[in-house]
Amino acid sequence: MKIKLRNPSREVELSGRKRVKEVLRELDILPSTVLVIRGSDLLTADEVVGDEDVLEVRPVMSGGSGAP
Amino acid sequence: MKCRKCGGQAVLELPRHNAAFCSADFQEFFRKQVAEAIRKHKMFTREEPVLVAVSGGKDSLALWDVLIETGYQTAGLYLDLGIFDYSVESKTKCEAFAASRGQKLLVERVADSMGAPIPEVQRATRRPTCSACGLSKRYLMNRAAVEHGYPVIATGHNLDDEAAVLFGNVLHWQTDALSRQSPALASTHPKLARRVKPLYRLSERETAAYAFLRGIDYIVDECPFAAGATSIAHKQILDRLEETSPGAKHNFLFGFLEKARGAFDGAEAVTLQQCAVCGQVTTGEICAFCKLHDQVKRRQAGPLSSTREGDRHE
Repeated sequence: MKIKLRNPSREVELSGRKRVKEVLRELDILPSTVLVIRGSDLLTADEVVGDEDVLEVRPVMSGGSGAP
Repeated sequence: MKCRKCGGQAVLELPRHNAAFCSADFQEFFRKQVAEAIRKHKMFTREEPVLVAVSGGKDSLALWDVLIETGYQTAGLYLDLGIFDYSVESKTKCEAFAASRGQKLLVERVADSMGAPIPEVQRATRRPTCSACGLSKRYLMNRAAVEHGYPVIATGHNLDDEAAVLFGNVLHWQTDALSRQSPALASTHPKLARRVKPLYRLSERETAAYAFLRGIDYIVDECPFAAGATSIAHKQILDRLEETSPGAKHNFLFGFLEKARGAFDGAEAVTLQQCAVCGQVTTGEICAFCKLHDQVKRRQAGPLSSTREGDRHE
């Protein structure tokens, strides 16, 4: 599967069927810090993804001087 | 994973609530949390115009969206910080959002009031970028609200933002800052607008999910000055804690607000007056914004105007 990551923007590939939480573990990403997106869908941690999938792992953190 | 409410396919799990929701029920949950924040802290009424400070990011646009959807009178305020392509893109997102919802968007350029955009302010003063930026935002937000007749400013601070600020304040026992940390700050002077944070009950993952599910086109990339900021480091520490103890951030912030904040009341006894230079509210004779502006002018005119690349954030 192709996985688009950000900050910095890059793409990685993983193979095999696995749950989203296993994908994030392999990438060393805390589930609470990202959204996992497939097309127009948000995926929960127990969703199974496979080689044909294209995922975006989108960070949710903002900061610095504070919002807005 | 099934939606706790309808049993349909869930799109988001909320470990701290031991729940998961489908898209429609999550959006309902989100709106209820915002409504509860507004009710509990008497933030504003439906009769009052609310100025929503928007940056083009997920939090502020999600906030604006939910306030429009739930029938509040709003206008947006975009502060153009002049941070290279980041500001260009974020302004475009705000303008597109406002146009798509038929809402008014006020735009203020930091450079018009400060004499320089944020990156130049940092280079001219050697002040941490996030510090100069935050100071400028607070000043310009209040001035715009007062000048345009908005009694209240709503910002997109979420639970993670507030927990990280609390963590920093506790770490250094900033008792004056602890006394001010609240989801709603009252107006204590005719030239001071109320400031409220209707998203303080929602995590930033929840605001990101809401923005995504609502189809809001927000700027995903981070401000180029944010990397390495202290607030980000504090968030990362709290994220680790949350992973092993879901609800830790919620309990930390809500415990403070409900049980501890009162102990710091009166820690900051200040008298507000009008700045001798600009007339805006300040605790001293000249406000921090005017002092910074003066520093920028002097550095621009003097021999120290040369820049040092690589000076960044706090």
